Amino acid sequence: MKALKKSVWVFHVNTGACNNCDIEIVNLLTPRFDVERLGIRLVGSPRHADALLVTGVGTRQAAKRLQEVYRQTAKPCVVFCMGACAGGTGIFEGAYHVAGPVDRIIKEVDPNAIIAYVPGCPPKPEAMISGVVKALAAI
Amino acid sequence: MKKTLRKPVLAVGPFHPLQEEMEFFQLTVDGEIVTDIDVRISYNHRGIEKLSETLQFDQVPFLVSRVCGICSASHPLAYVQAVEEIAGVKLPERARYVRVIINELERIHSHLLWAGLAGHFLGYDTVFMWAWKYREPVLDLLEAITGNRNNYGNVRVGGCREDVPNEIIPKILKELDEIERKTEMLTKAVLDDPVLHARLKGVGVLSKADAVGYAVVGPTARGSGIAIDVRRDDPYAAYGDLDWKVITQTEGDVFAKAVVRLLETFESIKMVRQALRRLPDGPVAVEVKEIPPGEGCGHAEAPRGETFHYVRSDGGNRPIRHKIRAPSYVNVPSFKASCIGQHIADVTLTLAAVDPCYSCTERLAVVDGHSNIIHDYESLLQLSREKTARIKKELGAPEFKLEDL
Amino acid sequence: MKQEELNNRLAEIRDKLIGIEQKPNRRIFLLCECENSYAVNKFLFEGLGLRFVIVTGIDSEDCFEILYHYANDETGCFVSIKAFIRDREHPEIESITPMLPAGEWIEREIHDILGIGFRNHPNMRRLILSDDWPEGVYPLRKEVKK
Repeated sequence: MKALKKSVWVFHVNTGACNNCDIEIVNLLTPRFDVERLGIRLVGSPRHADALLVTGVGTRQAAKRLQEVYRQTAKPCVVFCMGACAGGTGIFEGAYHVAGPVDRIIKEVDPNAIIAYVPGCPPKPEAMISGVVKALAAI
Repeated sequence: MKKTLRKPVLAVGPFHPLQEEMEFFQLTVDGEIVTDIDVRISYNHRGIEKLSETLQFDQVPFLVSRVCGICSASHPLAYVQAVEEIAGVKLPERARYVRVIINELERIHSHLLWAGLAGHFLGYDTVFMWAWKYREPVLDLLEAITGNRNNYGNVRVGGCREDVPNEIIPKILKELDEIERKTEMLTKAVLDDPVLHARLKGVGVLSKADAVGYAVVGPTARGSGIAIDVRRDDPYAAYGDLDWKVITQTEGDVFAKAVVRLLETFESIKMVRQALRRLPDGPVAVEVKEIPPGEGCGHAEAPRGETFHYVRSDGGNRPIRHKIRAPSYVNVPSFKASCIGQHIADVTLTLAAVDPCYSCTERLAVVDGHSNIIHDYESLLQLSREKTARIKKELGAPEFKLEDL
Repeated sequence: MKQEELNNRLAEIRDKLIGIEQKPNRRIFLLCECENSYAVNKFLFEGLGLRFVIVTGIDSEDCFEILYHYANDETGCFVSIKAFIRDREHPEIESITPMLPAGEWIEREIHDILGIGFRNHPNMRRLILSDDWPEGVYPLRKEVKK
């Protein structure tokens, strides 16, 4: 595994998720996965974040809030679409309250946004770490 | 949305603290005491009931597994039971036991998750790390049986998709012994800790009368002395064959609800052991070719309480109506009754005691309508932890160390 | 209460009902016109002390059905009221929230997704649909496509 070039601070955003992805994200902090040893930190405000970990389908109610959070996030930043829902609405495709997927919502405010996808339902913590490391190494 | 308010309002809103609109949990306060509460819940609404009508009966379990990730075994189970009721399905014996095994394993990891979160809100991050560490072996067991750590996809109309392979039963039993040991240590530490007694007792009390008026379920109800549990009241799967107790407390405070969850975890471990030892031979599913016209009510005891599904069929291959009621739907509004009169330092704990989905509790931010002071989730957490530290100091109690566990 | 007592007591409300359906597996449906739904709800909740579970709203093409589900935990029996709203142009029914705080959210939800009016609801406002969801569009009505 390549060493990360620098510490990555991430902010978690739930745009209408079932919680599985969210819990696996919190799992990243716990002893078995312990992302803090890689310099990855969960922060309490998007203004301090280098990356957004977005879960959920992007419901109509959450869409504008997601765009607002994106605007507030320090640039440059990477948007990680965690899970099948964030990646492309997953099993909720066609549901009446879905405004997503997440990449379309983000691109409305920034067509040049850097977006990475970690598929899975939910992605295992190992997959999330692998995805984040790979994406950051590629940038 | 700007409102002119007579009293200061704490908006306990979604992820961003600098929102102008007041959203999600909106608390009206008098000084630092909560006097009223309102909730906006549109963020997670995905339109699942309508989506169900477009799927075939056997596709729906995959959808409803994702209503809520931590009750992801309970929702599909309640649904298929409703459908099996319409079709008059008789389950194979082995299927009844496998359903118990999966659902009780889910309850164990869900309660450990809750214990970790409660620890986090209290400022006991060692408890958080520890509880979530000991959750992992349970998720490994679920993955070994069903192929996934969550969203097991193991229920179908007529039985189960995956069987518990007999070869791994000794391994599961051995893991359960270890999990039981760890849960004993955690329970003892909680029940013996004077700081936790002082911090949690009398906090977030839900009276029995309010519990009935809000029709609460699960540990939220059992912590207020209401002895309801679907596994005993309307036995499903193999629960009627097993030897276990319904756990209740009477005080209705956060401490009572914590005790209920911890003691229930032991009952769950007992049930899985019994189910594994008595697992009958045979198939884990029967073929169900058609669902006749009719209506069925299925319910299951999820970790948060009763999950209720109503299904109506017109004889076609899709449900024409599927009503889903998650336990949090009745439990979260009761937060209004248990939170009023509380100090804002106790808000996160009182909400956590109802055990809504993790994302609900994460969405806490505070805006004071009068002086525009902004508290975010971090700040509310800080208030909670400061109160714990104050109590610790007053009692002169020793530090709660990881070595104690 | 025990099943036999429950069955006997249900006879007390017979005059408000248009039918009783007893299904296997202890599922009972009490059919009534919407004008009587409040009285039947009051009887089940306050009179018999059954536990309120939830309300299901259904668009049944020639009418709306509002199903109030109650549980008798002692016997694992569900008693559901099936109230028929015949007026499709202005569908309305009496709110149970003044008697039962647990009814507040679900009546607001049914109002959102089916457009049913709940008379005397103390707090009728949007619950689950987004702020920008168009007025008058009820997603769970049968005629709504996407």
